[in-house]
Amino acid sequence: MALLDVQHVDISYGNRLTVKDCNLSLGKGEICAIVGESGSGKTTVIRAVLGLLAGGGKVTAGDILYQDKSVLNLSKEQWNQLRGKEISMIFQDSGAMMNPTRTIGKVFVEYIRTHENISKNDAWAKGVEMLERMRLPNGDNIMKSYPFQLSGGMRQRVGIAMGMTYQPDLLLADEPTSALDVTTQAQIVRQFMELRDEYDTSMIVVTHNLGVAAYMADKIIVMKHGEIVECGDRERLLKHAKTEYTRQLLDAVPSLGGMRYV
Amino acid sequence: MFDEKDLIIDARHITRRFPAAGGKELTACNDINLQLYRGKTLGLVGESGCGKSTFMRFLVSLDKPTEGEILFNGKDITKLKGEELRLHRQHIQMVFQDPTNSFNPKMKIRDIICEPLLNFKKIRPSEKDAVARKYLEMVDLPEDFADRYPHNMSGGQRQRVAIARAIVLDPEVIIMDEATSALDVSVQKNIIELILKLQKEKNIAIGFICHDIGLVRSVAHQIAVMYLGNIVELMPAEDLPQKAGHPYTQALMKSVFDINMDFSKKIESIEGEVPSPLDVPPGCPFQNRCEYCREKCKTDRPLLKEIYPGHKVACHFCQQIGGMEK
Repeated sequence: MALLDVQHVDISYGNRLTVKDCNLSLGKGEICAIVGESGSGKTTVIRAVLGLLAGGGKVTAGDILYQDKSVLNLSKEQWNQLRGKEISMIFQDSGAMMNPTRTIGKVFVEYIRTHENISKNDAWAKGVEMLERMRLPNGDNIMKSYPFQLSGGMRQRVGIAMGMTYQPDLLLADEPTSALDVTTQAQIVRQFMELRDEYDTSMIVVTHNLGVAAYMADKIIVMKHGEIVECGDRERLLKHAKTEYTRQLLDAVPSLGGMRYV
Repeated sequence: MFDEKDLIIDARHITRRFPAAGGKELTACNDINLQLYRGKTLGLVGESGCGKSTFMRFLVSLDKPTEGEILFNGKDITKLKGEELRLHRQHIQMVFQDPTNSFNPKMKIRDIICEPLLNFKKIRPSEKDAVARKYLEMVDLPEDFADRYPHNMSGGQRQRVAIARAIVLDPEVIIMDEATSALDVSVQKNIIELILKLQKEKNIAIGFICHDIGLVRSVAHQIAVMYLGNIVELMPAEDLPQKAGHPYTQALMKSVFDINMDFSKKIESIEGEVPSPLDVPPGCPFQNRCEYCREKCKTDRPLLKEIYPGHKVACHFCQQIGGMEK
């Protein structure tokens, strides 16, 4: 049984059809990467899965099934059950999603207390524990910091710690490493892989970095102008790309062993 | 590897300190010596905050070093002032990372491209249209883009306009500060090809700042690796990846995700983050993240030394590392 099944989905913003006929099926513990250029609709797809389409976006055709139940017409209460507990999302810059005038601890405690009926002190302790599990030493200090006091890599770890608090079955990551340095990117990617090993979390990772996609994913979806150009298992797609567009994307990735222009 | 007569910029002993809170000092660049040659590209790699942009800003005269001199065709440009400085600026141009923020949103592309020429009275206002079209063609954009505004274009197209603006004055040097980082890989490839085509045609020296060592290797002739304000390695780009000597360079290379890599292998990366430049430890700046750190590294700061012609490394043990224990 697939955990998530996206069936022939069309998504429009107003009258503009942005994503056409998107299909995606994800099993337990599987990682799927969506790659494509900016504006190809990759973020729109994962936002639709979480019911977070911005600016009046709507699913106009098809269905999205999570554990065999459609998520398209859920009520607010039903979404609250799902979001953050069973499905969570990690954004490109986790610092930007947090209120700059509140400390990490305040946001984290609020988040935990939305989902669980526990005291502030217990929620704080739980937050610290999660931060330390995500290799952020000195969790107490971090809880007391404001987002701007942390580096990009630390902020991203805070985002992951929040997203993983309830060990969701499905983790959606929107360009989780694009704003980071290469060394930090490698650390964060490694952390994602450990999550999968440890908790068997399924993930959809949106990225424009084909190298990261290739390393993380079991299957890769290539999108262009709102349509799926090609999808398939990693090995097949990398070695025997069927479409010209996929080959072009693969060729454009700079590589340490590859050709030099000069 | 480079011809001395092609030497165009010679930066000697550049140090820049910024005053910081609590009476401390932040050393953004520490005794940096780098050269740019006509028709060649110098790639400068390092993590954010290592001082690579600070250094390049001196070359464009946007800031002045605390110590050291920058010789442009033999003349120190850090001492220039007033009209002399203004006239000098046309020889060295810059392309910025984010083409959205580096343009005035209220100016048309035609005016953006021609502004430098008008500033230096190289053309008359009536010639603007023809000139803009000529340069748009040179960067492979349709000529009627002259009438557009920056927001009517995609990121890649805007970056092409930024390149057009940088070359209108026929500069001898162009500094590219992460010029392709905001772009998609496929667009990045096209922009790189354009830059290199123009470099060949006009024999421009390029200073290329980037944090992706894979990309730098494919475009640069020479690579300088920077860490916490220090150059830790300087080498010909063709020697990468085999001959990288400094543990930091090797760590950067290991962090690159390559579509041809072995996916079953765990990705190795150095732990932790760059320490704050406010309290750089004595000794080697890389000591607390280095797998091979020894007693000597904690007390003596390694200097750049040549391990073979054209390749310098600042590490006490760079030649033994292969056989050393972690």
